[in-house]
Amino acid sequence: MSRERTLGEPAADAYAACMKDLLIIIPAYNEQGRVGRVIQDVNSALTDADVLVVDDGSTDDTAADAAQAGATVLSLPVNSGYGVALQTGYKFGVRAGYAKIGQIDADGQHRAEYLTAMLEALERQDADLIVGSRFLGHDDHYKPSLARAVGIGLFAHLTSLITHEQVSDPTSGFQLMRSRVARLFCSDVYPTDYPDADVLILLHRTGYRVCEIPVQMRPSPGKSMHSGHSSPYYVYKMLLSIFVTLLRRGVKVIPQAKLAP
Amino acid sequence: MISTNLRIIAIAGSLALLIFIVELVRRRHLKEEYSVLWVATALALLLLAAWDGLLRDLAHFIGANSQASTLYFFSILFVVFLLLHFSVRVSKLERRVVVLLQEVALLGERDGRPRASGGDLAADEPAWETSIR
Repeated sequence: MSRERTLGEPAADAYAACMKDLLIIIPAYNEQGRVGRVIQDVNSALTDADVLVVDDGSTDDTAADAAQAGATVLSLPVNSGYGVALQTGYKFGVRAGYAKIGQIDADGQHRAEYLTAMLEALERQDADLIVGSRFLGHDDHYKPSLARAVGIGLFAHLTSLITHEQVSDPTSGFQLMRSRVARLFCSDVYPTDYPDADVLILLHRTGYRVCEIPVQMRPSPGKSMHSGHSSPYYVYKMLLSIFVTLLRRGVKVIPQAKLAP
Repeated sequence: MISTNLRIIAIAGSLALLIFIVELVRRRHLKEEYSVLWVATALALLLLAAWDGLLRDLAHFIGANSQASTLYFFSILFVVFLLLHFSVRVSKLERRVVVLLQEVALLGERDGRPRASGGDLAADEPAWETSIR
């Protein structure tokens, strides 16, 4: 539908319409035919969640598919990458005043039914971010390539070492967080090119509590949204990013009072 | 001593660079802000080429065999700083572009109902054209 809106007018009408507690962000790039199914899964797993699809400049009908399936859709004018799409979602969620924000991949590899377990874990463990880990339980479906497994393992160990907490899957895009974490992610400390282990270390240093729960994956549909994850550049970038995150001082914890919507 | 030919070329080159930079600023093809490093580079090269004693002392100081290579060394040093400076500017620009892209996406928000027009945004059509009309 085309909404009449003039330049500069705040989009309060749109935001007032979605005053639920929980927002699930689905970053999607050319996921036509798959993203609709993911939205349905999320909706049936969580009846009281809003679904936001951030279409990352797709050249196919991803945006139309997502809108058809009942999601709110934001379209980036040009393809900008996974992290930029995610951060767009965080900005939407924080401005709209959601208390919790989750994220799930659009290719259908993540199973939406785990979101309820993640919600439970968020409350039970009094955590700020829950990561769905593919390596905590016994997941027979997820078989990364050797190079990728080595890369993920390296950064999992490095992250565990730095944060003194058990981190098995820093690469997982299956996450659920409180709004104060999303608020931090809206600032420019968030690495929009490869948000990964460096983000978990950033959260740890900010004083937020990160926990993992085991999740199972569906078999890969063939291509991956995170295909860059075994490239030498990824390894270099992540090492540098972790190093400078450790060098930076005084990531300020946002006062609780300022977080109230 | 550097050869007279090299000195003439170096002086003429750095003078031409200086004039060219001023002309670019005058035509507003180059912002004053970005001209600072270029002007500094051109002036430093001019100084080195014209002032024989300075170049000789400098060559002696860094232990270079020839004054010509001292001149090249400092030219390259300035260019490296310039390039680094531009990498920093590009990084900053990219960050700003990302913020703008996200704001454009947030302005063009659509809800779950099928669009009345039936058509989706074409890939090459900016989102705001459809949402702000």
